[in-house]
Amino acid sequence: MDVVWSAVVQAVRLIASGDPEVLRVTALSLQVSLTATGLSLLVGVPLGTWLALARFPGRRLLLGLVNTGMGMPPVVAGLVITVLLWRSGPLGELRLLYTPTAIVVAQFVLAAPIVTGLTVAAMQQLNPRLRLQILALGATRWQLLALLVREARLPLLAAIMAGFGAVISEVGASMMVGGNIPGQTRVLTTATVLETSKGNFDLALALGLLLLVLIYAVNLTLTWVQQRERPL
Amino acid sequence: MRVLFWLVGALALVLTACAPTAAPARPAPSAAPAPAASAATALPTPAARPANPEVILATTTSTQDSGLLDVLIPVFESATGYQVKPIAVGTGQALALGARGEADVVLVHAPEAEQEWMAAGNGTTRLLVMHNDFVLLGPADDPAGVRGAPSAEAGFARIAQAQAPFVSRGDDSGTHKQEQAIWQKAAFDPRGQAWYQEAGQGMGATLNIANEKRAYTLSDRGTYLARQSGLQLDIVLEGAKALLNVYHVMPVSPTKLPKVNAAGGQAFADFLVSPATQEVIGQYGADRFGQPLFVPDAGKREDEVSG
Repeated sequence: MDVVWSAVVQAVRLIASGDPEVLRVTALSLQVSLTATGLSLLVGVPLGTWLALARFPGRRLLLGLVNTGMGMPPVVAGLVITVLLWRSGPLGELRLLYTPTAIVVAQFVLAAPIVTGLTVAAMQQLNPRLRLQILALGATRWQLLALLVREARLPLLAAIMAGFGAVISEVGASMMVGGNIPGQTRVLTTATVLETSKGNFDLALALGLLLLVLIYAVNLTLTWVQQRERPL
Repeated sequence: MRVLFWLVGALALVLTACAPTAAPARPAPSAAPAPAASAATALPTPAARPANPEVILATTTSTQDSGLLDVLIPVFESATGYQVKPIAVGTGQALALGARGEADVVLVHAPEAEQEWMAAGNGTTRLLVMHNDFVLLGPADDPAGVRGAPSAEAGFARIAQAQAPFVSRGDDSGTHKQEQAIWQKAAFDPRGQAWYQEAGQGMGATLNIANEKRAYTLSDRGTYLARQSGLQLDIVLEGAKALLNVYHVMPVSPTKLPKVNAAGGQAFADFLVSPATQEVIGQYGADRFGQPLFVPDAGKREDEVSG
């Protein structure tokens, strides 16, 4: 147990001392995962809304794919993206492997289905008559969508939290496409793995605690936004 | 609704802040590899910034877990202007990455596999860098009675006889290959035995597992010394001929794999075998562990290296 206590002490010290390496790793984690979550929102919310409201052949197959994507193993996503980004791979010319951008891409692939799938669920739990009523009141198509998203904002914020939580905490894809390179692609999760294999268990635990604090801070902000105005 | 827009906006801001990192230096399209011309053995002058500064080094977990790379790479980067991306994996994967041209230079420790790799035309040259040795670790009470075994294979045979728990790297790394070679010499195939467990992870993680399971395991001395204070594993066998652990650096051949950064890979290999670097390697770890983790060997023949 003394290792846990010493980890807590070390975590506090790490945060308080502002160690530049730890700050850099923390900032990169936050930057990469927020970017990936942001991109997955831009894609997932419209796509999810469309999947929830539209009716077309093959819709269920597509939904099934999205829901499968919600359980996409990070290490599989990482492996596929690594192979695509290899110099000898189809996207090798982009020179993205072992860069933060590659981690963003991998995390986007993980977060987008989560945001999409939860958006579908959020939209479908709205009363279908609401849509008819809004249309009957003369709303344009865009006004309708805006109102529906507004109505579903609580579960949509939950979708953001789920997407962010999935990507900030994954290690398999970040390790594979990023390479855990110090000063370039080392994020909190890969640093934790490295310190564990180096036997620096207290430092590893301290990094883990730091990660938890970070996730809590982001989710607290989102929760605050979510709970600020209760729906009627 | 407004809230959501605000959130998306904020995230888009973060995205744009991230964008500059997304533009790595592109290699000049005309930078055709010129292996012979780049063979300047002297280090490039610090001021000259290389045409393609990105060098991918595929290496083993032992060089990373021992902390040696953290010392060497910054020196190389500031002396040459190259930027090294060290990818620490098992020797098997490092060689595979090199053979695909996904790395520019490999630093590994599996002489037989290296020779095959060179024979397949994957590398330009194979330079001896350093060695340390493998040590057989086990619980202090040595339940299989390995201490005093006349050879590595005899020690392994005693473990098999006692069916004492043994944790293998199981990841096709240099250490794993070495371990397999010793089992072969002992004329015993441990795979599938209940007491024989494959970790499938790096050396550091494997030491953690062996420590928890009170098992025997084969480790390079460097990683063991770096990790010793947190482990309840003792050296039960060392110094045997089969336990030598030799590291070579091999730049990837641009003739076979035109996309590699040949100049960068060569520069890193030259740096590793340069006298100044060899001196750093020879001292690394002495202050923290009471003895250096590696013996520098540049310029020696392979058969001259002795533990």
